[in-house]
Amino acid sequence: MAIYTKEEAKQILDKALSFSKAGTCEINLNASNEGNIRYARNTVSTAGYQSNQTLVVQSSFGNKVGVATIDEFDSASLEKVVRRSEELARLSPENPEFMPPLSQQEYLETSTFHESTAKVTPEYRAEVAAASIEPARAKDVTAAGFLNDSAGMSAMINSAGLFAYNQSTNVDFTVTMRSNDGTGSGWVTRDYNNVDRFDPVEASNIAIDKAIMSREAKAIEPGKYTVILEPAASAQLLGNMFGSFNARTADEGRSFMSKEGGGTKLGEKIVDERVNIYSDPQNPLVPTSPWAGDGQAYKKMNWIENGVVKNLAYSRFWAKEKGVEPVPFPSNGIMEGGDATLEDMIKDTKKGILVTRLWYIRTVDPQTLLYTGLTRDGTFFIENGKIKHPIKNFRFNESPIIMLNNLETLGQQVRINGNLIPYMKIRDFTFTSLSDAV
Amino acid sequence: MKRRDFAKLAGLGAGAAMLPASAFGKIISPEHLLSPGLDVGQKKILADVALNSAKGLGASYADARIGRYLNQYVFTREDKVQNVVNTESFGIGIRVIANGTWGFASTNDVTSAGIKKATEQAVAIAKANSKIQKEPVVLAPVESHGEVSWKTPIVKNSMEVPISEKAELLLDANAAAMKNGANYVNTALFMVNEQKYFASTEGSYIDQDVHRIWPYMNVTVIDPEKGKFKSRQGLSAPMGLGYEYMTPDPNETFEGIGGVSLFRNRYDLIKDASEAALQAKEMLSAKSVEPGKYDLMLEPNHLGLTIHESVGHPLELDRVLGYEANYAGTSFATLDKWKAGDFNYGSDIVNLVADKTQTGSLGAVGYDDEGVETKKWDLVRNGVLVNYQAIRDQVHMIDQNESHGCCYAQSWNDVQFQRMPNVSLEAGKEKYSPNEMVKDIEKGIYIAGRGSYSIDQQRYNFQFGGTVFYEIKNGEVVGMLNDVAYQSNTQEFWNSCAKICDESDYRMFGSFFDGKGQPSQVSAVSHGSATTRFDGVNVINTGRNI
Repeated sequence: MAIYTKEEAKQILDKALSFSKAGTCEINLNASNEGNIRYARNTVSTAGYQSNQTLVVQSSFGNKVGVATIDEFDSASLEKVVRRSEELARLSPENPEFMPPLSQQEYLETSTFHESTAKVTPEYRAEVAAASIEPARAKDVTAAGFLNDSAGMSAMINSAGLFAYNQSTNVDFTVTMRSNDGTGSGWVTRDYNNVDRFDPVEASNIAIDKAIMSREAKAIEPGKYTVILEPAASAQLLGNMFGSFNARTADEGRSFMSKEGGGTKLGEKIVDERVNIYSDPQNPLVPTSPWAGDGQAYKKMNWIENGVVKNLAYSRFWAKEKGVEPVPFPSNGIMEGGDATLEDMIKDTKKGILVTRLWYIRTVDPQTLLYTGLTRDGTFFIENGKIKHPIKNFRFNESPIIMLNNLETLGQQVRINGNLIPYMKIRDFTFTSLSDAV
Repeated sequence: MKRRDFAKLAGLGAGAAMLPASAFGKIISPEHLLSPGLDVGQKKILADVALNSAKGLGASYADARIGRYLNQYVFTREDKVQNVVNTESFGIGIRVIANGTWGFASTNDVTSAGIKKATEQAVAIAKANSKIQKEPVVLAPVESHGEVSWKTPIVKNSMEVPISEKAELLLDANAAAMKNGANYVNTALFMVNEQKYFASTEGSYIDQDVHRIWPYMNVTVIDPEKGKFKSRQGLSAPMGLGYEYMTPDPNETFEGIGGVSLFRNRYDLIKDASEAALQAKEMLSAKSVEPGKYDLMLEPNHLGLTIHESVGHPLELDRVLGYEANYAGTSFATLDKWKAGDFNYGSDIVNLVADKTQTGSLGAVGYDDEGVETKKWDLVRNGVLVNYQAIRDQVHMIDQNESHGCCYAQSWNDVQFQRMPNVSLEAGKEKYSPNEMVKDIEKGIYIAGRGSYSIDQQRYNFQFGGTVFYEIKNGEVVGMLNDVAYQSNTQEFWNSCAKICDESDYRMFGSFFDGKGQPSQVSAVSHGSATTRFDGVNVINTGRNI
């Protein structure tokens, strides 16, 4: 299916908008092609390909809003979908939180599309699987992996004169390697906009090495330990922490960001002063669309600076209620790191635990951002600057807020799921029980 | 729909244009939810196009699923209707075996030409992947059913009930919660109708009409002075029922321990909303639990999730064999344990059954998504592991020759694979009530409703919370508790199962969002049980000061 160019998208959207008779009208157009391959037990299990295109029309009369969608873009279909959204708007209850469309915004230039990714073929996907399976088999290891590639475009137009367009490509890869004796497991994740940066052999070998290194793990007592968290281990905890950067729930008193006696923690120091987290759609390693789905422009935004909360996300409605500028939720997260490599950090650790990843993370208490979950696919005991031996997996109960207050060292950044996260050494990370899982 | 998309839909004040439309299909008018789809005769003609094309291209097996998936969501908060969405997704998914390898493709172009093209893609994918295939597909035989149909036995089709009536009910519940001291209330109704047509080269043409409903509620009470808040979720269960589930019935309402109202096949949303507010207020000042060993008394709407995670998942054969190793994980319940025939999964009163036929359950269908008639079978009998959950291309690996009938795809554009059936704990055979159970407990905690849940990738170590907790001392309920979670190991936990209440206390828990596979697919599943006691389980305190 076509990934419409800016001109083609504008033409479709102009045509659709020309049919509008509503008070306001906003139209989003999305198209994507997505392919995947899945393998397990050292053989391919499933593969698939999907093409989608959708046009979403939102019409309003006063505060009454209607939405309709369609996947055919000829003139008659476009008129039909606009009319349907208008009929639905007339039938809808009043939405007191409706915000009229934005006028034209200024958008940054970002580089999210790469032709090489858009041209990935079923044969390439099968080669990636083979590049993962063959070295695994040679070392008595079993590979189970998943590769997904996508190419797509998004565009929007509205009756207040706004037009926005973006194209993007992504490739996401994960593989779990398990030793054939069932006692060792390793894992790796990679994601890029440009598939040319992806090296399936390099990635697979890391997971294979971890599978072999983690065999015959020893049990050590649960408790508080210094940990070196690989970026994949802390990414989700940090992402969950970001969920509480919502101004509305903070103002309403039902968030970690709500303060005793009312108000929010905006402007307060909540974590170690070396913690700096921002978002930036233009970062060359983790570029994102320059605009949010409702047309708001993404720009570089500090969220935590020197440990202090600098911004909370305000929806357009909540910003109006509070008399402030709206701030969209970020499309990426970038945590500043340091120069230390993983090897440096291990060398500087007298006693600690290296964690490859944390898994099945769930909220235990939203009030304190306490989460539980388990280590998985490569957990190692460090003593006197060296990895001594693999250890059995632990369950943790920890809050990212406590974690970031117990920061020891920041290491180099790595891209994880479209974010940049550093290696981190954390003291007193709370492990509460042992797991027999490999 | 994915959990994440649901969260987005339910998002406080999310703009409609930001909805991930492709995840739901087309947005349609409420009247369109009641319009008939293609008639069965047309579906058969179109399905045959896929089956004949596949055979012509050299496929040794093919199936076609023509699906029309209708959803309606109504979201409210406090005194506002936030969002009403009606969606329809329609298309065909074609699965083939060529050169001993699976291939799958789908299209929403449900015409002869569109179907032929998708079938070609499916065969091409199968052939491309067969080059690195090391385990050719082996299918268990299946009965040819001819032309048959099945329908969820509902009393009232939810799609026929006017939106205004649904919104009014939710707003009345919100008002009841606010009147009883809630600061914030979110309620939602989520209704699904899957119209699925399945045809295969084995000679089956199966038309099914599946209905599900889920009333959701979350009530929050805050103490601004202390900067504290507590939330209490609704104690409904998603069910395989029609709108009749929303009509309260005193015979289907039970008074649980601590005065908590519990519901079986009918739900009283307004009653639950009022109690939710009162209980959330009580939580703000409830005692924080003293960590240690307790006898746990687990109510069905809580125990269901524990069954789901610690029994349902580890006994999925694809996990056991390693097919899910890269995502959900593998399983401690390995083939050698099953083959031994004496693996003590639980104490000898523990009987866990898989069932795709249970009336009112989310997993109930007449036939699964590869044309196998559904059934009920044992997983654990008298505490011993006796079977897994397996489908046509898996059962030969456990020396069986009949699929269990638990294959499912979340939509026409996703490939079907083994999914968890309803997995339930049989009720105790002797007459025994929750009130009698309390009297038998010296130091215990009663837990009702679902809470935080986490379990490792082989399903050994888990930690679960709940919705409400009551302390039991010397056979008496002494008050509400806070900050409770229990940590255990699956085998140890099920072996600590000491007593199960009788059939009159049996109810179902349900989830719309059991996730599995890559790309991830959701599946709806129920788990029945009666209130059950587990002795000497480790309870931790989850309170922190930040």
